[in-house]
Order: sequence, then C-alpha cells, then structure tokens
Amino acid sequence: MSVIVDVKDLSKTYEGGFEALKSVSLQIEQGEILALLGPNGAGKTTLISALCGITEPSGGAASVAGHDIQAEFRAARRLIGLVPQEVALEPFEKVINTVRFSRGLFGKPKDDALIERILRQLSLWEKRDARTRELSGGMKRRVLIAKALCHEPQVLFLDEPTAGVDVELRRDMWEVVEGLKSSGVTIILTTHYIEEAEAIADRVAVINRGEILLVEQKAALMQRMGRKSLRIDLREPVPAVPDALAPYALELGSDGHSLTYHYDTKGDGTGITRLLQALAAEGLSLRDIQTTQSSLEEIFVDLVKEDAA
Amino acid sequence: MNWLAILAIYRFEMARFYRTLMQSFVSPVLSTSLYFVVFGTAIGSRIDQVEGVSYGAFIVPGLIMLSVMTQAISNASFGIYFPKFIGTIYELLSAPVTFFEIVLGYVGAAMTKSLFIGFVILGTSSLFIDLQIQHPLAMLGFLVLTCMSFSLFGFIIGIWAQNFEQLQLIPLLVITPLVFLGGSFYSISMLPPVWQTVTLFNPVVYLISGFRWSFFGQADVAIGASLAAIALFTGICLFLIWLIFRTGYRIKS
Repeated sequence: MSVIVDVKDLSKTYEGGFEALKSVSLQIEQGEILALLGPNGAGKTTLISALCGITEPSGGAASVAGHDIQAEFRAARRLIGLVPQEVALEPFEKVINTVRFSRGLFGKPKDDALIERILRQLSLWEKRDARTRELSGGMKRRVLIAKALCHEPQVLFLDEPTAGVDVELRRDMWEVVEGLKSSGVTIILTTHYIEEAEAIADRVAVINRGEILLVEQKAALMQRMGRKSLRIDLREPVPAVPDALAPYALELGSDGHSLTYHYDTKGDGTGITRLLQALAAEGLSLRDIQTTQSSLEEIFVDLVKEDAA
Repeated sequence: MNWLAILAIYRFEMARFYRTLMQSFVSPVLSTSLYFVVFGTAIGSRIDQVEGVSYGAFIVPGLIMLSVMTQAISNASFGIYFPKFIGTIYELLSAPVTFFEIVLGYVGAAMTKSLFIGFVILGTSSLFIDLQIQHPLAMLGFLVLTCMSFSLFGFIIGIWAQNFEQLQLIPLLVITPLVFLGGSFYSISMLPPVWQTVTLFNPVVYLISGFRWSFFGQADVAIGASLAAIALFTGICLFLIWLIFRTGYRIKS
C-alpha cells in the first residue's frame, strides 16, 4: 500500500508558548483506518487541524497524496474531508442546502444524485428539507459527515465522531465508516473508546503531550491491551511467593495477603486452572478472587508514565 | 480561482437574505417613508429649497447613503462573524479556497443586499417626490463603490469582533454619527464657517457630496475630492484585509 498522508516533524507551538505538537511524524497508508488515541489535550485535534488548514503549523511539513499542505493547499485540501469534534451547523439552513454549500466550497459542480446517495446512506434523506436546528444531536453529526463526504474526499478525518452518541448510532456510524473504507477512502479517527478502535481500526496511534508514543497494528496492540489481572486474597499472609508458583510470575501484595496474576485472554490458555491447582497444592487457603481487565486508560497511564520517565 | 466556491458562499449568504426578504424590503420602505414625513413634510415645509433643490429631493441621496452604509457594514460583518461565532468557520478554513475568494463571496453578497436596499429607498422616494437624476451612470458608480467599500469595512469589523457588542460598536459609535454629521440632511454650506472646516475631516461628507452631485449636478466639495476619498477608503480597507489574510488575524490560531 502507498502512503497517502505523510507527516514529517510537524510541530505547533501556540502563542502562549504551549507546545501542542512536538515534531510529530506519521505515515498513513491509502485505504486504511487509523485510530488516533490519546487523553484530552494530547494534541489529537491540533494534529488534525494542522493537516486540514485550520491551524498554522509552527514547523515541519505534511503532504496528502504528494501535495504539500501549505504550498499546494488547494490540491491537498480537495482530497480531505473533515468532520469536526464540535457540532457546528448554520441553524436556519436546510440540510440539503448546507451539504450543497460544502460541495460548492470545494470547487465541485452541482451533483444532486451524489448528494441524494450520501444523504440516503446516512439516513438523512427524509430530513433533507429540515432546518439543521430541528435535528437531534446524532442527526446533526451525520449532517457533518455528509458535508465532509459530499466533495468525494480520499482522506476523511473524523474527530471524535461518536462522542456523546448513543450505542445504536455509534454502531451505525461504524457501519458507515466500514462502507467508506470499502469504497477506498482512507480514514483517520480520533477517539477515547477502546471499543471503537477495536471495532473498526486497522492501525492505532497513541498520542500524548504532543508526541506520538506508538503506531501499531490493531491486532498487536489488542493483544497487549487484552491482558487481564487475577487478584487472589489469601486467608493467611505469606512472606514470599512460593518457589513452586514462580512460573506464574505472581506479584505479592505489600502485606503478603494477596497475589496478582497477569494473563492474556487472547492466548491459547489463560493458565488459571493450573494456577489454582498449584495454589491448592501449596496448601494456600483463598479468601476471595477477582479479575480486572487492563483498560485503554491503564494502557495510557502506563505509556504516559513511561513517557515521563 | 475557485469560482464555484465564491458562488457557493455568495448563494449561501443570499439565502439568509431571501429568508428575511420581507423584513429586508419593508424596513427600508418604512424608514424612508418616516424620514419623508418628518424631514420632508414637517421640516421641509419651513426650509423650502436647498441650493435650488426642494428639501424633499435634497435629502434623498443622503437617505440612500445612510441606509446603504449601515446595511453594507451590518450584512458583511454579520456574514463573517456568524460562522466564527457558531463554529462553522472550520469549513471555510479547511476548504481549497484563498482568503481572497472568501472575501469576494461575503463582500459580494453584502454588496448585493445593500444595493438592493439602496434601490428600494430610491423607489420609495420617487413615490413622494419628483426625482431627477442628472448623471445616472455616476450615481450607479458611486452607489456600487460605496456598497463595496463599506462591505469591505464591515468584513473587517466581523473578523475583528469577538462578541456581539463589538460587532455593533463601530457602526453605532462611529458610522452613524459620521453619516448624520456628513451632510445627509443638510448642505454643509448651511453650517457656521468653523463647523464647515471641521466637517471637511469627516470622510462621509465626500461620499454624500459626490453622490448628491450625481443627482443634482452640484456638490459641497469637488467631485474629484469625492472620488479620491472613496478610492482612499477602499484602498485602506483592501490593505487591512490583505494584512488579515497575511497574518490570519483572529481567524487562524
């Protein structure tokens, strides 16, 4: 696959001196779905804004299909569609007119058949003559997507497309994204939801404090994120992890009352049965057992901690 | 040049105008009629003639200028301020358009709207008085130039304004007094000599005087001075817009 978006050492320092992007480099391949994950204020929106022309980068360069985003901004932007995080629509205008406006703005001639197809795809056709202020939040978000798609972009940026959207609509949105991908559109989406990245992304990039911490295939990342922990509370404290339990790499709680076992749900076997048998063989008596799943947040926290170290 | 984008912005802006067409039409008709009742009939009956022109006819160019200037500013400033306020400006910034094209779209629409209102007032006035226009082409030229320069000025205000109060500030505190004191309803020769000199520092005097010349063939100041004044004002506005474009002032972070 060829690289469609090439970001090289892109940086952004705001007037107050805040460094929102620190020399970010990232290559996005044609036809993939890249999920950009990061906590609030990590630089996700700044990165998207810089690539789309809303924010002026302080340094570095970026290109879309070989067109520099500044020197050849017209050619680059024609290929880009942007769905912003905040729902912003002219409240008194009809749905179909705001979509037509967007197409015109991108220098494309009128094509009502295409607009009808996009509105139908997004279940908005029935609402085409409604004023945008009359629509529900989810509908408004779809109008934003329709506006971003109506000039037939090759690269679509979705900034938190499902924030504040109900579960059903979120799944609809994923279907739309899948449909776009199958039509050859490259998609970059920012999200907080691990489930979202898991459901639709091919690759995942984690950004924090203006730096890309990792870019990885989803499958590999999921394997890491899929780790779970089993905490075993003991009736009697133990001074150290018994030697016989060494293969399980258990962590001993500070008071000696608990042991924690980390395992991988996506592996062939979790090893829990063998561990419990081994515990019984050592004569340890259990008070309680609980499992916890490492969430994306924890992954972030780990990454951020590593980042700070 | 992305002509389709300019057209899209222009159409979108005009759609706002069509939505409130009755309002846009009725309000200048009503205000012009009121001005005629108050100035034309009540005061005009005591003034009779100004420089050989009936007072009723004399105030027509001033009335048109007053409305055209304020309408051009309010339409253009609101046109660009509103997307900033509601956040839809993201679309303009991420589109393959230059700032110049954005200006053409917004200023073109504001010009059209203010021109329309100018003609509505002209039409309404002709119902009250027998109106003669000695230099129709010059009249049209002055009108178009005024619509353009004040729409450009309004665009600058819309970019500069960070809230609705600021949006109203310049039109209310600067433009309205300048227009009222710019000889809309009187000839500056009617003022005491000192005030005549002071008035010459008011740029609006030159615009109204030139416009009035196109109607009656006589002016407070030389027609060349009027043309120079409007060219200077347009030039300053264009320069400021160029600066905004260069620096991304209050648009891009």
